[in-house]
Amino acid sequence: MKKTILAITFAFLLGIYFVSFVSGVSQEFPVSPPPMTEGMFPCSSCHASMEVNRKKRELKDEHPDIKLHHAETMRWCLDCHDARNRDKLRLYNGEVINFTEGYRLCGECHGNVYKAWRAGIHGKRTGYFAGPGKRTYFLCAHCHDPHEPKFKPIKPEPPPLRPTEPENAR
Amino acid sequence: MRDKNYTRREFIRNLSLTAIAGMSIPLLSACSKEEVEDFLQKHFLEMTEEEKKRLIAKLEERYQQKYGKKFQISMKEAQQDTLWGYGLELSRCIGCRRCVYACVKENNQSRYKRQLHWIRVLQLKRGNLINLENSEHYYNPDTVPEKGYIYLPVQCQQCQNPPCVKVCPVHATWQEPDGIVVVDYNWCVGCRYCIAACPYKGRVFNWGEPNIPPEELNTSVHYLGNRPRMKCAVEKCTFCIQRVRSGRYPACVEACPTGTRKFGNLLDPKSEIRYIIENKRVFRLKEDLNTDSKFYYFFEG
Repeated sequence: MKKTILAITFAFLLGIYFVSFVSGVSQEFPVSPPPMTEGMFPCSSCHASMEVNRKKRELKDEHPDIKLHHAETMRWCLDCHDARNRDKLRLYNGEVINFTEGYRLCGECHGNVYKAWRAGIHGKRTGYFAGPGKRTYFLCAHCHDPHEPKFKPIKPEPPPLRPTEPENAR
Repeated sequence: MRDKNYTRREFIRNLSLTAIAGMSIPLLSACSKEEVEDFLQKHFLEMTEEEKKRLIAKLEERYQQKYGKKFQISMKEAQQDTLWGYGLELSRCIGCRRCVYACVKENNQSRYKRQLHWIRVLQLKRGNLINLENSEHYYNPDTVPEKGYIYLPVQCQQCQNPPCVKVCPVHATWQEPDGIVVVDYNWCVGCRYCIAACPYKGRVFNWGEPNIPPEELNTSVHYLGNRPRMKCAVEKCTFCIQRVRSGRYPACVEACPTGTRKFGNLLDPKSEIRYIIENKRVFRLKEDLNTDSKFYYFFEG
């Protein structure tokens, strides 16, 4: 009798341990709020009443300023944005996630960068890394525009003055 | 009457010694009390707590008079079990120089006559990393990054085996327990031997009185770090000693727009810099000189 109870308890605990993997729960990260365009979120304020058009097309009536330059030959809007609930993002297997967890979506294709970001070595860092303050993680979208992620070249700051230039010389 | 042979040599010797001793009295009395106090200041590492406090008060008073602003000079010591390390991802540096000017603002460097930069960004042709002598640091294109080039920022590498500390004749520069090589600007005599010894051109010299626009002064300073310097003092990157000893990132790390720069405690096994050293192919500059630098450069895919 004792042995069966022990066996059942053990199996129960083992089950709980494996269930946590199945639901795909990953570590939570303390991220700052996602950088939404003003007035856009929540998207369901417009989209809840609109019918879903799954045809791949170029958007002309609304959202004309969003140009997709990110694997646009293979995907379009509704591959990442959930069709039924526009306040959420959609993973490859159909699972629906919040914008605050957007890194999981980006991490599906950019796995090595995701791994580096989780370790804390990818991306911009500010604030405190130890001591009294807190370390903030930035979401992917804080630096990379998800629709046009390639960084544009910027103007560099001025070069150092040469020692003989009048502003530098005595 | 002579007891022994009092020679001409002895007479001249006695006369010159008296003259020299006699001259020093008006010389010292011509200096103000402050200047005498400065001259007789003890070495920073030998000062007691009391003396350090008095030194801070004296300096704060002087800065108030000179710049008209209230400075907070900290003398915070190194924390236990810390050794600061720096990581630089060269595949992401675009050569924008935002780090250079963030450093200038944070550390009260002279802006003109002379302009001093602690960080120098080198532009190298892709595939030519080894030839640092062929680098260009006066580049000024319209936009960066330019195609076919990589950018390599260099600053004081805070070597664990620093040649500059070895050659200083007055011990004005030394290495703190947390790895930062510091300069006591009051003690430095300006011989510039350390600048000659540094293989990375990490140090710069104040040839004249530094010129800083008063509205751009940073008033939270550290005695060994970013307090306003004077003529004839050598200065260099201190890993923003006023920031890292409270757990904040250095100014260059925060300014970088592409996330190239990484910083952390080498003795903390969970820090970012340790992860980089363990997982990426890191290298250091001029390893053959055995300076044991703290800057770990690496390329990502």
